[in-house]
Amino acid sequence: MDAVLLARIQFALTIGFHYIFPPLTIGLGWMIFMYNTRHQENGNPVFRQLAQFWTKVFAITFVIGVATGITMEFQFGTNWAAYSRFVGDIFGAPLAAEGIFAFFLESSFLGILLYGRKKVSQKMYWFSSLMVAFGATMSAFWIVVANSWQQTPAGYEIVTEMVNGVEVQRAQLANFWEAVFNPSTLPRYSHVITGALTVGVFFILGTSAWQILKGRHTEFARMSMRTAIVPCFAVIMLTMFVGHHHGHQVSQTQPVKLAAFEGLWETQSHAPMMLFGWPNEVKEKNDFAIQIPGMVSLFIGGKFDTEVQGLKDFPVEDRPPVAASFWSFHLMFYMGMWMAFVAFVGVLLWLKQTLWTTKIYLWAAALTVPIPFLANEVGWMAAEIGRQPWVVYNELRTVDAVSASVPAGQILASIIMFSLIYSLLFGLWIYLLKRQFHKGPEALEILEAEVADDAE
Amino acid sequence: MEALQIIWFLLVGILIIGYAILDGFDLGVGFWHLFAKKKGERSAFIESIEPFWDGNEVWLLTGGGALFAAFPPVYATVFSGFYLAMMLVLLGLIFRAVAIEFRNKVDHPHWIFAWDIAFSVGSILPSILYGVAIGNILMGLELNEIGDYQGGFFALLNPFALICGLTGLAMFAQHGALYLAMKIEGDIAEDARKWAATVWYVFLPLFMLAVAFGIKNCIYGIKAIPMALVVLALISNSGAFLFNKIKKSVAAFLASSCTIAFVMLAVAAALFPNMVPCSNNPEWSLTVFNSSSSRLTLISMLVIALVGMPIVLGYTWFIHRVFRGRVVVSEK
Ligand code: HDD
Ligand code: HEM
Ligand code: HEM
Repeated sequence: MDAVLLARIQFALTIGFHYIFPPLTIGLGWMIFMYNTRHQENGNPVFRQLAQFWTKVFAITFVIGVATGITMEFQFGTNWAAYSRFVGDIFGAPLAAEGIFAFFLESSFLGILLYGRKKVSQKMYWFSSLMVAFGATMSAFWIVVANSWQQTPAGYEIVTEMVNGVEVQRAQLANFWEAVFNPSTLPRYSHVITGALTVGVFFILGTSAWQILKGRHTEFARMSMRTAIVPCFAVIMLTMFVGHHHGHQVSQTQPVKLAAFEGLWETQSHAPMMLFGWPNEVKEKNDFAIQIPGMVSLFIGGKFDTEVQGLKDFPVEDRPPVAASFWSFHLMFYMGMWMAFVAFVGVLLWLKQTLWTTKIYLWAAALTVPIPFLANEVGWMAAEIGRQPWVVYNELRTVDAVSASVPAGQILASIIMFSLIYSLLFGLWIYLLKRQFHKGPEALEILEAEVADDAE
Repeated sequence: MEALQIIWFLLVGILIIGYAILDGFDLGVGFWHLFAKKKGERSAFIESIEPFWDGNEVWLLTGGGALFAAFPPVYATVFSGFYLAMMLVLLGLIFRAVAIEFRNKVDHPHWIFAWDIAFSVGSILPSILYGVAIGNILMGLELNEIGDYQGGFFALLNPFALICGLTGLAMFAQHGALYLAMKIEGDIAEDARKWAATVWYVFLPLFMLAVAFGIKNCIYGIKAIPMALVVLALISNSGAFLFNKIKKSVAAFLASSCTIAFVMLAVAAALFPNMVPCSNNPEWSLTVFNSSSSRLTLISMLVIALVGMPIVLGYTWFIHRVFRGRVVVSEK
C-alpha cells in the first residue's frame, strides 16, 4: 500500500479515536461546573453528590483524551512533513497557543478538582471547576482555528523560495487575525462546541436511564436525568441551528463540498434535498433517490429559486469522494433529528412528571448514548472527506503533503501499534465506567456530614 | 529579524528545559517505581506526582507546538526522521499517563502489578529515547537538500547516541530520586536519598564519556560556551550530591534542576546556530536563520508567549503550593 493512503488511515484512526473523548470532557465539564455552582449557591448535598460522581466519570475519560492527544500533537511532523513545512508558518501558532492558553489551564486546575477538595477553599474549588471546563473549551478553539484555516485559508500569501537549489513553496502569514478568524472558524467552533455539549448531556441522560432500568442507584439517577433533560433539548436545538448556519458558510466557501454533501450533480435553482439515495460517481447521477424539491435552495438562499452549484461544474480531479461525503453528512443529520426527537419527548414527559417511569422512553434514552459520539465522528468525516483532494483547500493536495522520508512499512507498523493500544484503552474505558456506574455515588449521609464540616 | 530568531531559539529551548526539569522528576519517579517494595510505597510514589504530571507533560506539547510554529522545517525533519523512535516515545507516554490515573482505581493485585510495569517501562523508554535523539542531532543527520532524513532507523542507534540515552536516563533517575526524597515521608525517603547517591556514580562517568565523545566526534570541536556550561553542570551536580548527603533535600532537588538546565543549554550552545546539522553536507543544515518562520509569525507568537507564559508560571507555582508538604506512605 502506498504511504499516502497509510498516512491518511493513520490520521483518521488516531484523530477519530481521540475525538471520542474531548466532546465528553467538554460536555461533562460544563455540567459539573453547573452542579458545583448550584451547590455553592444552596449548599444542598445532592449537588455535591452529582458533582462528585460525574467528576469521577470525567477523570476516567479525561486521561484517555490526554494520552491520545499527545499522539496528535506530533502526528503532523511524523506523517505529514511536507505539509508541516508548507503550513508551519501559520498552522503551528494555534497549536502552541493551545498549549499555552488551554492545556496548562486545564491540567493544573484538574489537579485541584480531582485531588484538592480538602486543600483549597470552597470558592477555589468552584473556580477550579470553572477553569477546567473553560480550558477544555479553549483548547477546542485553538485546534479548530488550525483546522478551519486548512479548510478555508485566509490571511496568508504563498511564497516561493530556493532552498539549496530546489524551488519550495510555502504559505506565509500575512494577517494574524484574518488567519485566526478565517471564514469557517466561528461557524465551525460554535458547531463543534454545541456538538460536544450534546455528547455530555445525552451521556448523563442515557446512562442514568440505564441505571434506572437496571434498578441501580435509582434515586441518584433520577436526579441526574432531571438535571440533564432541559439542557439536552436546548443543546441539540442549538447544534442543529448552528449546523444550518455552518452549512450556509460551506455553500459560500467550499461549494463543491456542499454539492457532494447534497449529492447535487447539476447546477440548478429549486435544488432538491435528497433524503435517501446513493450518489453514483461513474454515471454522475444518484441511484434510488428520494427527494424533496427545492429544499436545498431554500436552506442556502432562503428562496426556492436560489441557484446552487452542482458537482459537474467542477473538474473530476477536484471533487471529493461523493458517496462518502454524502453519507457522513446525512448520517449526522439523521442522528441530529433523532436526538431532537428524544429530547423533545423527554421534556414532555418531564413536564408530566413521568420521565423516570416511562419504560420505553428509558430504553430509548439509554440506546441513544452512542448516537452523539457517532454524530460527532461522522460530522468530522463529512468535513474532512469533503475537503479532499486538498489538505489545504485549493493550495496543497493531500498526496503532496506526506513525509517523504518515512517508508510505508513503518507507517503500517505504527498503525498496528495504535490499533492495538487504542483497542485496549477503549476496553479499559468501558470497564472502568461500568465499575463506576455499578458503584454509584457517595452516600448522601456522608456528604451531608462533609458539608456540615465545611460550614464550620 | 536575527534577534527574533535567536529569541525563539531560546524560547523553544526554555520550553524544552522546562519539560526536562518538570517531567524529568516524574519520569525519574517512574524509574524507581519498581524498586519500592513495601506496601503503600508505590501508591505514595504515584500520589506524589498525581496532581502535577499532566501539567508537566504540557511543557512537551507546548515545546512541540512552539517548534512547529517557529521552526517548521525542524519540526518536520526531526519527527519524520525519528519516526519509529517517536512512536516508541508515544507508546511510553500513553501507557504511563493511563497507568498513573488507573492504577489505584481497582484494588486487585494483578491489575496493580500490570500498571506498575506500564508506569515504569513507560517512563524509562522515553527517558532513554530523548537522549538518543539529542545524541543523533549533535552528531548530525544524513539529509537531502530539502531536509528529509536519509539514514535508516538503525543508523540512529550509534554508540554516541546510546551513551547519550543512558546519560539521560541516569540524569532523570537522579532527579526523580531527589524529588522523592523531598516529597515523601518516612523510610522510603531515606532509600530515595541512597538511590540518588548511588546513581550519581553512574551519571558522572556516563556524562564525562558523552562529553569526551562529543568533543572527539562532533563537527563542533571545543567551543568555549558549551564547555563553560558543562563545567557549570558538573558543579551543580556535585552540589546536588552534597546537599543530598547532608539531607538538604530541597536544595539538592534545585541543584539537580540546575544540572538539567545546564546540560540542555550546553547542547543548545554546541549546536548553535544549527538546529539540525546535516552530516553529509553542512550546507544543508537546518539553522536558526534558514529555518525560522516569517517575521510576522515570530512576532505574533512572541506576543502570545509574553502574555501566556507568566500566567502559566503563575498557576504552576500555585498548584505546587496547594499540594506542598510530604506525602505519607499509608500501610493499607
Ligand atoms: C473540539 C475539540 C478538540 C479537537 C478537534 C481536538 N482536540 Fe485534542 N483535546 C481536546 C479538544 C480537542 C480537549 C477537550 O481539550 C482534550 C481532551 C482531554 C484533554 O485533556 O483535553 C484534548 C487533549 C489533547 C491533548 C493532550 C493535552 C493534555 O495533556 O492536557 C493534545 C496534545 C491534543 N488534544 C492535541 C490535539 C490535536 C493535535 C488535534 C487535531 C488534530 C486535536 N487535539 C483535536
Ligand atoms: C477531531 C476530529 C477529527 C476527525 C474525526 C477527523 C477526521 C479525519 C479523517 C476521516 C481524515 C481522512 C480523510 C481522508 O483521507 O479522506 C482526516 C484527515 C486529516 N485531518 Fe482531520 N479530523 C478531525 C480533526 C482534525 C483537526 C482538528 C485537524 C487539524 C488541526 C485535522 C487535520 C487533518 C489532516 C492534516 C488530515 C490528513 C490529510 C488529509 O487526508 O486531508 N483534522 N481527518
Ligand atoms: C441536524 C442538523 C445539522 C446540520 C445542518 C449540520 C451541519 C454541518 C455541516 C454543514 C458540517 C460541515 C462543515 C464543513 O464541512 O466545513 C458539519 C460538521 C460537523 N458536525 Fe454537524 N450538523 C448538524 C448536526 C450535528 C450534530 C447533532 C452533531 C453532533 C452532536 C454534529 C457534529 C458535527 C461535527 C463534530 C462536525 C465537524 C466539525 C465542523 O466542521 O464543524 N452536527 N455539520
